[in-house]
Amino acid sequence: MAKGTSEPGADVPAGGFVQLLTPDGERVDSVTTDDGVTYSVDFTDDEYRELYRDLVTVRRLDAEATALQRQGELGIWASLLGQEAAQVGSGRALRPQDMAFPTYREHGVLYCRGIDPIMPFGLFRGVDQGGWDPNEFKFHTYTIVIGSQTLHATGYAMGITMDGKTGTPDGEAVIAYFGDGATSQGDVNEAFVWAGVFHAPMVFFCQNNQYAISEPLERQTRIPLYRRAAGYGFPGVRVDGNDVLATYAVTRAALDHARNGQGPTLIEAYTYRMGAHTSSDDPTRYRIASEVEAWQAKDPILRLRAFLTKQQLADDTYFAEVDDSAAKVALSLRERVLAMPDPQPVSMFDNAYPHGSPEVDVQRQQFAAYQASFEGSAH
Amino acid sequence: MMSETITLGKALNHGLRRALESDPKVVIMGEDVGKLGGVFRITDGLQKDFGEDRVIDTPLAESGIIGTAVGLAIRGYRPVCEIQFDGFVFPAFDQIVTQVAKMHYRSLGNIKVPMVIRIPYGGGIGAVEHHSESPEAYFAHTPGLKVVTCASPSDAYVMIQQAIASDDPVIFFEPKRRYWEKGPVELDAPLSGAYPLHASRLIRPGTHATVLAYGPMVKTALDAATAAAEDGRELEVIDLRTLSPLDLAPVFESVRRTGRCVVVHEAPGNVGLGAEIAARVTEECFYSLEAPVLRVSGYDIPYPAARVEEEYLPDLDRVLDAVDRTFGW
Ligand SMILES: Cc1ncc(C[n+]2csc(CCOP(=O)(O)OP(=O)(O)O)c2C)c(N)n1
Repeated sequence: MAKGTSEPGADVPAGGFVQLLTPDGERVDSVTTDDGVTYSVDFTDDEYRELYRDLVTVRRLDAEATALQRQGELGIWASLLGQEAAQVGSGRALRPQDMAFPTYREHGVLYCRGIDPIMPFGLFRGVDQGGWDPNEFKFHTYTIVIGSQTLHATGYAMGITMDGKTGTPDGEAVIAYFGDGATSQGDVNEAFVWAGVFHAPMVFFCQNNQYAISEPLERQTRIPLYRRAAGYGFPGVRVDGNDVLATYAVTRAALDHARNGQGPTLIEAYTYRMGAHTSSDDPTRYRIASEVEAWQAKDPILRLRAFLTKQQLADDTYFAEVDDSAAKVALSLRERVLAMPDPQPVSMFDNAYPHGSPEVDVQRQQFAAYQASFEGSAH
Repeated sequence: MMSETITLGKALNHGLRRALESDPKVVIMGEDVGKLGGVFRITDGLQKDFGEDRVIDTPLAESGIIGTAVGLAIRGYRPVCEIQFDGFVFPAFDQIVTQVAKMHYRSLGNIKVPMVIRIPYGGGIGAVEHHSESPEAYFAHTPGLKVVTCASPSDAYVMIQQAIASDDPVIFFEPKRRYWEKGPVELDAPLSGAYPLHASRLIRPGTHATVLAYGPMVKTALDAATAAAEDGRELEVIDLRTLSPLDLAPVFESVRRTGRCVVVHEAPGNVGLGAEIAARVTEECFYSLEAPVLRVSGYDIPYPAARVEEEYLPDLDRVLDAVDRTFGW
């Protein structure tokens, strides 16, 4: 697909992808695709270092969550291990005015939105439905039904156009996250239709982590996913999803394209889910160890670290300090998760309706009275 | 007779296996049903033994699963579709209520769509949203669909085979939190002699009140009956098994004897199965009733966060409380 991208080899899918940092930590200056778009980044030394900190912190938080789940403190956890670069790169490319619509795995994007990392834990611990205010952080609620959010994102983006908040460099844009499996859903295909027809200012960000639970990519598609966009009338681009620089560059360009009134883009971030689908899954049933090992060599964090070292932008002291501070963030997360109280049972009646419901109100009172009837008994 | 004590999940697995063996037109399709054996392992080992053409891992698209199953059924196959969780049936809802339910009617009886849609449903497993719902009323409300649910391993084993053998499209609800409950199953009993698919069944005789339940609530109702017996109250428990059509004749007969009736289900009460049953029992048994038919159900709220689901789900105490109230009239 691209001039200037690496030739298809063991590391690169057929058709290539945009890569600005090789697995060995070599910088590629810029990449121009067949569409004539040139992708590059212009980070300061500090920004490179901060990206590294993001990646490490996000991975460390995820590891803590996995541990908490194993210890019975979370009902379930959807790990992002291996997908840090796709999430941090795209998440850091968002501007404050942009709106993000996640699935259930976008903890890294959530982190980049400046949301307290404890927020998704209520959902996975089973004490609430996810605790943040989507309006405040411009990061929508997690969505568990596969693909639903892509339509909401498209409608939101149509609203931006109707509000006249597009067509300038300071316009608003929307990003919708979903997986490779989700591309099979009717909703996602309908979102593509709508976004194309209405020229919506949005970016479809597909993290192709190669599996939908147990099913490999070939069970969802016969062509590379980014090429689907052509059929809906907007550009598609594939990016090395384990390269934080490339995911940043590609997402920023697509968002700018959208905010300038040039319509949607589909980004396929080609990556790999290193862990299980969720903590309930057993990946040894459907994938082999050598495949996982091959992807380990493309690790997003190791390659940025190699780059920083080679360029003498960071040394062991810096890396140790980052590890240390990530560990502190994770530790405090652990303490706070353990301290998360169970909800008051009667709170389950809250928020069913904005204006309440007389029937639910009666049920709430009956429930409270029923609960009270056990008080003091041996129940 | 070979009777084995196995879990409800394993019983379904055996039932599916036997259906695949006995009819080459039976195909299983769904997300992750192949190598993984389904997220609950209900189809475990079946792809290995019957091949990828009979146990088909589908793309991640529920409308696609049901819509293509309709085509396969028209073509002479007997698809058994797995919907991964209750809350994910809705992308397929359109196909189910507008197409599956109406094909036979619309084609003047010339087209049959003998398909089964398996849906693990209900709460109690500590899951996140969309993984604990009880959507049975939506389907029972749609003429043209048969809706059934099993509660014991032996019923699971037999009913899944009967559903597959039936020419009706069947929505087969599996009580997911009972997947791990064990019971005896006669693995080589002939299907022909089995208790009918579309019939409710009296499972515990009693004289003081009738308790109706189905799916995951059957165990709760039986537990309540055991507890009530200690206090000298004999509850008669009926497992409804079929939700559409309802088989209420045995229920009327029971309520005429006991004079009291409590219906239990996990789904919200508003416009739920319990409302229909209460109305019908009242119509038929009005002069025998000592008290109104009472319902014990989930509240009229979205299924709550896992840490409070035990308060949401009807339990033994709530059933006993309702029974008490029928005696207070
Ligand atoms: C409509 C719907 N069907 C099924 C599921 C169950 N499910 C949860 S995640 C998943 C796989 C999703 O794969 P993909 O879209 O590739 O995203 P990933 O989890 O790999 O990030 C499935 C089948 C669901 N959540 N929603």
